[in-house]
Amino acid sequence: MSEPSDGLAENHGSRFDRLPATPAEREVAGRATREAVLDFWDERYGIDPSVFADYSFWEKGSRKLWAFRGAIDSPIAIESLGITFLRTRQEHWKPTTDAVQRFGRHATRNVLTLSREAARRFVAGEDQAIEWDGDWGYLIVAHDLAGEREPLGVGLYLHGELRSQIPKGRRRELEGVDVDEP
Amino acid sequence: MDVLSRYEPLIDDFAAFEAACERPLPSVVRVNGIKATPGRARTALDAEGIEHEPCGWHPGLLELDTDHPGRTWGAFHGWLHGQEEVSALPATVCDPEPGERVWAACAAPGGKDRNLGRLSALRFNAERLGVTSMAVTNRDARNYSLNPFDFDEFDRALCDVPCSCEGTIRKNPDAPEQWSLGYLDEIASTQEAILRRAIQTTRPGGTVVYSTCTFAPEENEAVLDRALDREDCSSGRASASIRACGEPSGSIPT
Repeated sequence: MSEPSDGLAENHGSRFDRLPATPAEREVAGRATREAVLDFWDERYGIDPSVFADYSFWEKGSRKLWAFRGAIDSPIAIESLGITFLRTRQEHWKPTTDAVQRFGRHATRNVLTLSREAARRFVAGEDQAIEWDGDWGYLIVAHDLAGEREPLGVGLYLHGELRSQIPKGRRRELEGVDVDEP
Repeated sequence: MDVLSRYEPLIDDFAAFEAACERPLPSVVRVNGIKATPGRARTALDAEGIEHEPCGWHPGLLELDTDHPGRTWGAFHGWLHGQEEVSALPATVCDPEPGERVWAACAAPGGKDRNLGRLSALRFNAERLGVTSMAVTNRDARNYSLNPFDFDEFDRALCDVPCSCEGTIRKNPDAPEQWSLGYLDEIASTQEAILRRAIQTTRPGGTVVYSTCTFAPEENEAVLDRALDREDCSSGRASASIRACGEPSGSIPT
């Protein structure tokens, strides 16, 4: 992450500012660029930048990024614009549950697919011991539903444990009987 | 006073009307086309052992055999959204084309209570459903300004206005207790102001849809009459064939 540098403005918490395309166009210290956001999804999850071709990326609130399908003049002071989709405050960027549910189908790596029972525990917010040979950190967690893989949300994988990152308001106790339990 | 008895002179078979008001509402969900097809949503319900029946007139509406449609995989993934069957009607009539700008003048959910919680409920649902093409503003629809935006008119507008909610009697039998003629006057002037602002902000040739969940003519026909008189617009005709589980079909003038 870049440090605040002289001559650059601060982020404005009550309006949306479109992300600069590249570092050369950056006007706010530390703000992510469109280029870096596309690289993040591509490098970490294998989501091709073309998936986001029709989207513009915005910052409102500190290091909270939004994806909006369409173009509109920047800045704009309104309540919301598209969906929140990435937090860039920490060293490791963290996708939101809603972004993963919306775009995670395109992912080709760092996707952990759970059994139905493990998926149930995951969406209830439980942490669980899971075998996983891949990278640690924020993973896209999925299960198979109605014939295809479907992303559930974000899990933090560390030391053999998958920590559910489903926000409290999105957690569900799903207790229905599965006829075709995989 | 018994709110619904006002309508006795207007309704041919009043006993049937009263019986309809007492029938409990079925549990209905709309399949969110952004995230799933009706076919895939139904396969997921099958896997959970939840019976479902399509509501004939709208391919994305399913009646579920559960009291908790929110406690399904489909709801968690944002494939399904619980709503009354009839709530799909205004959007069906509005019928926007891809690329058009639509103003939902009263988009936040929740009857006549007004508070900021409704705004977060709107955002929560929109994000769960993956609606990436929406901008939310929090301002009075009666004198709505397009100032924050870089455009100066909409292609369509949807005014699902606050109202006396008489029509929600099937899910909320206490609704009529708060009813008064004074409230009708007050809310009707709000409704007219919202509708007229929607007409003013919609481009020539565009479409404005006005909807309420009440039977009161003061809030329906009378509001439309005044808006048609006072604004540069004309009424159109839309038809949607509603055949809800054995009930007769009808068409809705707009």
